[in-house]
Amino acid sequence: MAALAKSRTLIYNLNSKLGSLGMLNRLTRRHFPSLTPQILASSDFHYNNSPNLFVSRHFESTKAQTHPGSLHGDDDQLLDFPGGKVGITSQMRFISETNDWRVPCYRVLDDDGQPIGEFVEVDEETALKMYTNMVTLQVMDTLFYEAQRQGRISFYVTTIGEEAINIASAAALSMDDIIFPQYREAGVLLWRGFTLQEFANQCFSNEADYGKGRQMPVHYGSRKLNYITIASTVATQLPHAVGAAYSLKMDKKDACVITYFGDGGTSTGDFHAAVNFAAVMETPVIFFCRNNGWAISTPISDQLRSDGVVVRGQGYGIQSIRVDGNDALAIYNAVGAARKMAILEERPILIEAMTYRVGHHTTSDDSTRYRPVAEIEWWRNSRDPITKFRKWIEGNRWWNDEEESQLRISTRNNVLEAIQAAEKLKKPPVAELFTDVYDVLPPNLLEQRKSLMETLKKHPEEYPQDFPL
Amino acid sequence: MASDVTRRIGIVGGTAWRWRGARRMSTSTSTSTSSAAKTKSSSGSTKKEVNLFTAINQALHIALDTDPRAYVFGEDVSFGGVFRCTIGLAERFGKNRVFNTPLCEQGIVGFAIGLAAMGNRAISEIQFADYIYPAFDQIVNEAAKFRYRSGNQFNCGGLTIRAPYGAVGHGGHYHSQSPEAFFCHVPGVKVVIPRGPQQAKGLLLSCIRDPNPTLFFEPKSLYRLAVEEVPENDYMLPLSLAEVIREGRDITLVGWGAQLSAMEEACKEAEKDGISCELIDLRTLLPWDKETVEASVKKTGRLLVSHEAPVTGGFGAEIAASVAERCFLRLEAPVARICGLDTPFPLVFEPFYLPNKNKILDAIKSTVKSSRSCVFARQQNIWLALMHPFCPHKQKQPVTGLIESGRPDSGPTVQPAPSADHPVQQ
Ligand SMILES: Cc1ncc(C[n+]2csc(CCOP(=O)(O)OP(=O)(O)O)c2C)c(N)n1
Ligand SMILES: [Mg+2]
Repeated sequence: MAALAKSRTLIYNLNSKLGSLGMLNRLTRRHFPSLTPQILASSDFHYNNSPNLFVSRHFESTKAQTHPGSLHGDDDQLLDFPGGKVGITSQMRFISETNDWRVPCYRVLDDDGQPIGEFVEVDEETALKMYTNMVTLQVMDTLFYEAQRQGRISFYVTTIGEEAINIASAAALSMDDIIFPQYREAGVLLWRGFTLQEFANQCFSNEADYGKGRQMPVHYGSRKLNYITIASTVATQLPHAVGAAYSLKMDKKDACVITYFGDGGTSTGDFHAAVNFAAVMETPVIFFCRNNGWAISTPISDQLRSDGVVVRGQGYGIQSIRVDGNDALAIYNAVGAARKMAILEERPILIEAMTYRVGHHTTSDDSTRYRPVAEIEWWRNSRDPITKFRKWIEGNRWWNDEEESQLRISTRNNVLEAIQAAEKLKKPPVAELFTDVYDVLPPNLLEQRKSLMETLKKHPEEYPQDFPL
Repeated sequence: MASDVTRRIGIVGGTAWRWRGARRMSTSTSTSTSSAAKTKSSSGSTKKEVNLFTAINQALHIALDTDPRAYVFGEDVSFGGVFRCTIGLAERFGKNRVFNTPLCEQGIVGFAIGLAAMGNRAISEIQFADYIYPAFDQIVNEAAKFRYRSGNQFNCGGLTIRAPYGAVGHGGHYHSQSPEAFFCHVPGVKVVIPRGPQQAKGLLLSCIRDPNPTLFFEPKSLYRLAVEEVPENDYMLPLSLAEVIREGRDITLVGWGAQLSAMEEACKEAEKDGISCELIDLRTLLPWDKETVEASVKKTGRLLVSHEAPVTGGFGAEIAASVAERCFLRLEAPVARICGLDTPFPLVFEPFYLPNKNKILDAIKSTVKSSRSCVFARQQNIWLALMHPFCPHKQKQPVTGLIESGRPDSGPTVQPAPSADHPVQQ
């Protein structure tokens, strides 16, 4: 109870500091036309402010005692049920489908990069590393995207518009924390030290790709950086994250798991399974939802009808927070706090970062088919997370125009060099087609490998030449 | 009316499609609905050259148009779908009948089952066959058993699940799979795979109107690539009926979907070597047309099956086993399976993984060579047989002597006549 009360206070403090719902943008307004809040006027039914005692077991086991006094029924009379005690009311009322207010998003910097409230101070070195990483991510995305357009790689996914989510969330974690990513978080890997060359090697499917050329571009993974290899399947990594977090808890590690996913991913069965498991198993896992308004062509209004994703947390009995996904400092703060709570209190946390997918879904997509160019451009120009962060570091006199142009030039060169080097490397050997299906090759694969090698000897001209055997 | 068209289309020597551009084409290139000329067939129906996604789109238009209780839905369906199959449908039929769903395959199929159980035609799309697995439970435990478990009080026969499947050149693990065999192990659903636009339109309409739940896997590499004349009218092609798309005497090849193009190429090459191949498009994998395959194998004495999915436990195994049961004494050689390897679908190794033309051709030749009795020796003209480059007995005979003895014909091109021990079924 204490923990709950504490964190509620935290949220209310944030609310008061935020004042109005500054973040309610065109996107979110447009996508919630039907959510006319039905306010429960009755003062004896403050379910919004009451702890959800149906999940009391969770809170009991972490900190607090069940506190009958906080129930708001007719006369404080309680009924015992298997899930805990509940109060009684004589009024038949349905709980509204939504709150009378949308959950505000936590913000540290306004659009001009001015702090609007208190936040964990970020030192100059960290701030500059965050900034240069965001720029590097953007430059890498731009050049890899072009490389795909030129036919040099087969596919690419950009993070454009979500650079702050990528970099600032990574910056708030420790290297021991384990990442279960979706496909739009290359920046997390960049922050951890994955080199441009390593990115390029994967995208070019060459012999230096850790995945041995088997997966499409952007399906990165790095054992040394605690970054579990990406799969294209949406949200399947969420339950894995919970299992991994349970292991960290059993091993009493000072570490948590973070898993990233999109708004679309929250519709999958795996999302529900994972969040519920995390609540019940009390695992130190951060569910980081990048709510960018789109799942390919599907707008958020076709995806869900709740107030976004943040409110789902309470439904499963876990804490949640909504942040401005284009505000690096807000993300940095929120993830840092979530990490602490996850590890110290052994609890999952849900973070919903509100943002916009400025790029096309992937290189296979043309998003102007289903959304106005003006909308994309507005986000690109008026809400760019990198520009906002730059304003803040420039305001601190940590950055200037000259450093900016130097950074962009050198990053561009570095990316181009990495691309050229990756292109020159050979493809992985054909024998790798058969390895790693199991720990060792079973007889059927030995036989198939033999037969393929014979075919290659017989018809070398029918097969690509740039593969060693 | 439908059966009339069915007959007309169903017996057409089916390999009329032609390939546009390179063998593999990016699915990300811009839409270009083929605009080739319209022709009028003798029966009066208009035909137009269209590609595969347009043919499917036509079928969906017709399905919605002819049945007010038909619905089309799935991820990103409203704007036309990531492969453009549902383009124009939402505009024409409204968002109550054509709509986006949340990103949840189990939800899509579960919802579709309920909709179908209420007497509607629920035409659902799974964006890639690779993503059908979250819906596996709904398909296997629910759709397939809905009729059986209720003693036929209820059924979800109006359910159709469309999903693009197969290799596309750059799809890697999760945009390339051919999961048909999983569903062929499920009594209660039908599994259908078309090989081109004309087939796709007629078979899809049959699936939609069939009173059983059906899975319709679309070869996504052909969406833009395969172009052929497709009648603009409403027509259906029969389910559970295979089609002989190339007649031959020496070996039967059975396949479906995009794989037929590699098989067809191999047949042509084999013909240059004097091997006459019969190619069968199975079209419906469950319940499948054993009779057509059996009749063909009894004629040729040899069988090769080919599919992109891994060889182990693939549907080829079922065909091989059934043929062994029914044609054992007529088999001249072991059944050959030229299929995907027993690995996940690999991005850069795709050319090595796939059962391509040369693998099929090699298998055709070695099947013919390893036959118990020589296909060539069974020809009435033993001289010609012994001259044949693939006759395994050739080496033992003085071939030059034969030529000198006044047999000028070149062996490989001469058509053998039917003989008593090798009757050719007409
Ligand atoms: C299980 C599954 N179904 C469908 C897809 C196809 N698909 C790939 S990404 C995507 C949309 C995902 O949207 P969201 O989760 O919002 O992430 P975003 O792309 O916006 O980052 C879809 C439908 C998939 N990869 N996996
Ligand atoms: Mg999204």
